[in-house]
Amino acid sequence: MSGEISAFFSALDPLCGPVGIFSLFNSGSLVACGDAGWGDEIASGVWMTITLAIVTLPVGLTIGFLIALAAQSEDRLLRLAAGIYTTIFRGLPELLTLFLIYYGLQILIQAVFSWFGYDERIEINAFAAGVAALSVVFSSYAAEVLLSAFRAIPRGQYEAGDSLGLHRWRTMRLIVLPQLIRIALPGLTNLWLILLKDTSYASAIGLAEILRQTGIAARVSKEAFFFYGIACLLYLILATISSVGLGFIERSVKRSEVAR
Amino acid sequence: MSAVAELIPPRPAPPAARRAITGARIAAISVLILWALLAIALVSLVITGFDQAKFLRYGPRYLNGLWVTISLVGISVVFGAALSLPIAFARMSTNRVLSGIAYIYVYVFRSTPLLAQLFLIYYGLGSFKPQLEAVGLWWFFREAWYCGVFSFVLNTAAYQAEILRGAIQSVPRGQHEGAAALGISKFVTFRKIILPQAMIVALRPYGNEVILMIKGSAVVAIVTVYDLMGEARYAYSKTFDFQTYLWAALFYLVIVEILRHVWAFLEARLTRHLKR
Repeated sequence: MSGEISAFFSALDPLCGPVGIFSLFNSGSLVACGDAGWGDEIASGVWMTITLAIVTLPVGLTIGFLIALAAQSEDRLLRLAAGIYTTIFRGLPELLTLFLIYYGLQILIQAVFSWFGYDERIEINAFAAGVAALSVVFSSYAAEVLLSAFRAIPRGQYEAGDSLGLHRWRTMRLIVLPQLIRIALPGLTNLWLILLKDTSYASAIGLAEILRQTGIAARVSKEAFFFYGIACLLYLILATISSVGLGFIERSVKRSEVAR
Repeated sequence: MSAVAELIPPRPAPPAARRAITGARIAAISVLILWALLAIALVSLVITGFDQAKFLRYGPRYLNGLWVTISLVGISVVFGAALSLPIAFARMSTNRVLSGIAYIYVYVFRSTPLLAQLFLIYYGLGSFKPQLEAVGLWWFFREAWYCGVFSFVLNTAAYQAEILRGAIQSVPRGQHEGAAALGISKFVTFRKIILPQAMIVALRPYGNEVILMIKGSAVVAIVTVYDLMGEARYAYSKTFDFQTYLWAALFYLVIVEILRHVWAFLEARLTRHLKR
């Protein structure tokens, strides 16, 4: 059964499937799929980029939402804690954050483990480090977007929830969140496009995404301009597809808005 | 005769209401403790791992890297601003072809990663060595530093063109019409009436762009330019000491915070007349 499913998906594969872009080239070209060309390697890089971005998104959004809640709370200490987080991670270059987390987490985990008397060299998966670093960066920007969206919701909405006798969480879920998403969507769309571009930094720690794979192809084949051009084109296509898709979502969300 | 037979004796003030310990307070304190622990771990890492010889050896290199980063960003932002002017005007022009070309330029440069653009220029154009030598441009594309500046200028010009366009279009039409009614020429109108009003709108986005460039400029470390990030990578590759990255992080944080505060001050100062 699972073989059939994977066969179905590989038939729909837009890059190396039977009707894929790279399959249209003859087997002698540089981007052909299979052993002759680099098509299949680049295709796997594209999937890695998409996976990295899609795995990062919910993690980053959740942390960002919590940070935004903390930043608008009445508790001074909670605001301070959130402020420290966003100041640090919005001030550091993404590339440096990635290195800090990639090497720092290894040291941290090793230190914690050696405390419990377990001395073994620990290597962090590049993918996990990439997800951690990108979601930290994403969340600190998402917190800002969500915070300004929170401020755009009038107090009366919360008071209405209270007067209906709703619990705080139900007010949040039924009244505030639907409006919040509508207000924050343009900002979050922007952040998603930035996230797609930021995945390219993960190539620096050896994660096999688009830029890494095309870089290897460029070095081996000595056709650097061609392959890096392909990398730029792939990022462009991903950005175009997602801005079209997100525009569609934005329109459909707007339709449910009350006419004022 | 008074209606009150006896007065109520004075009583002590009610006890102060006890501050409820809310979930938020607990969360705040635990997160702050987590931050403090992390900070202590990092500081102790720096203190225990402090090495005079390393400090003397790599300290000057870091300062040098800092200068490379700042000069790289400064030059790119200035040249990018110059390049963004024609792009912004092309984008606003009524000529469909011209605005189409400017739109494509901005779209391409804004939706591909800076790292990919840098690779395309440094490694990609590097493979056209004979042709570049024939035109006499090889000296430029041979150096990683020039390639970094070139790709940053192209990249930031696209972003700055959008900032400029948005700011110019935010000035109301009536300003143009008023100037035209007074018989002021188009160029003087733009320079003395439109641009000052547009620049105030553009001030904050420009500040963000400079900060983004400072952060983005770390990518040149990958193409062997020894900027702040490059020096950190070099020192790490020599010593395998994690605090090399911490020092770089500290430098970047300080630069970004200084810039943020300078910009906040500038904005407060320049928009005094708009406050009511």
